[in-house]
Amino acid sequence: MTDMLSENETQGHADLFSKFDPLIEMRRDLLSTGVTDPFGLVMEKVISPTVALCNGRETILLGTYNYMGMTFDPDVIAAGKQALDDFGAGTTGSRVLNGTYAGHKAVEEALCDFYDMKHAMVFSTGYQANLGIISTIAGKGDYIVLDIDSHASIWDGCKMGDAEVVPFKHNDIEAMEKRLRRIPEGAGKLVVLEGVYSMLGDIAPLKEMIAVAKKYGAMVLVDEAHSMGFIGPNGRGVAEDQGCLEDVDFVIGTFSKSVGTVGGFCVSNHPKFEIMRLVCRPYVFTASLPPSVVATATTSIRKLMTAAEKRAHLWESSRTLHKGLTDAGFQLGTDEPQSAIIAVIMPDLERGAMMWEALLHEGLYVNLARPPATPANMTLLRCSLCAEHSAEQVQQIIGMFTRAGKTAGIL
Amino acid sequence: MTMDRAETSARIAALIEPFNKKGIEVADATRFTDDLEFDSLTVMDFVAAIEDEFDIIISMNQQAEIENYGQLVDAVVKLQG
Repeated sequence: MTDMLSENETQGHADLFSKFDPLIEMRRDLLSTGVTDPFGLVMEKVISPTVALCNGRETILLGTYNYMGMTFDPDVIAAGKQALDDFGAGTTGSRVLNGTYAGHKAVEEALCDFYDMKHAMVFSTGYQANLGIISTIAGKGDYIVLDIDSHASIWDGCKMGDAEVVPFKHNDIEAMEKRLRRIPEGAGKLVVLEGVYSMLGDIAPLKEMIAVAKKYGAMVLVDEAHSMGFIGPNGRGVAEDQGCLEDVDFVIGTFSKSVGTVGGFCVSNHPKFEIMRLVCRPYVFTASLPPSVVATATTSIRKLMTAAEKRAHLWESSRTLHKGLTDAGFQLGTDEPQSAIIAVIMPDLERGAMMWEALLHEGLYVNLARPPATPANMTLLRCSLCAEHSAEQVQQIIGMFTRAGKTAGIL
Repeated sequence: MTMDRAETSARIAALIEPFNKKGIEVADATRFTDDLEFDSLTVMDFVAAIEDEFDIIISMNQQAEIENYGQLVDAVVKLQG
């Protein structure tokens, strides 16, 4: 044995990390310009849903997904504290074994009430909800037809399953129909769409697209992560707003945006939906959400059902910011405000990073988004509004953008 | 109707032209990413053009198996079959 080992020469190993060299170099180039690392921000203290302490400075938050400002809602906080006391810090178990507490059933009931649907299944994150549902329901020989600008969790769900994956051009109804028409007869079909596309903040023409999908006998899954709580008369999302929610087979959503905590879900009226709990691996093979998280989510979801005034105020802020930035001379991702996301298009990554830093110095945090996360290789400064932003804050934000735009040479 | 390989190749060659910005000569061994420098957006538009021309689907799964021009022509011939 010893002899054999000594005969083996040590081979020079290929560094598995060399594939990341281009990205490492791109990052080094960007940081060498002296710009603050846009992907390394730390919030030292969170003062409210709209203000945090960053680098010792009070900063207005315009880059969170806290659309409805529920993170500091007193009822939500109280529910979480109570659950911590009553049920402990975590479940240490899978939903199908020892990880289902009364709170997990309660949050699923709250979701059924919120969406007026029969079944709800809660995952530990929104990412896992897409990963689990898509990879499980579309199997070998089935076809997934999806928008090319779909979220990473949708793509990863496709990659994890065995179905044929067929993308079409963003929001292009004709391109979608052509692909559905070409699918071999008898094959299972799943069309995957999003209500709001988070990079540009644009919405999908769901009514038309779902009608086409149904014409070809496809099942439809809609990710309403960025619309829940805000869009639609009851905050159920873009499908509700366009009057086609009843034609959606599966709605995917998250607790990490309007709900204000973390977790993901799928709601459905499919009569066999409950079998998902046994066959969906990202649901089974992971620990369930902590009791405090599901308690905060339940309280938040129930409060969002009656949050019409907050919704109205958020729409008002979205319109004001969109108009203010347009008037200031910025190029935006949409001609009209379509959601709580307003994307400001930057000429390139370097000036985008400069502008991002200039805004931070003004006391404003937005998200810098760059390829490959963005469509058409764009660099974007993504602003996401919160219902708790006051009208004064929105005016302040427009002023900050105008000054920073001049500093960075964008305007 | 089954089309022969040469005819399919000629139709695909015509479709490549607007995407072949550097005017690289295309042969069976020409690779889309390494030689023609197609990025993911170009691939999407190019695949859509071929799908429309031949009224076929080339799924992402099938695309993953196609690296060069010759493999694409073979795949399209087969998909029309």
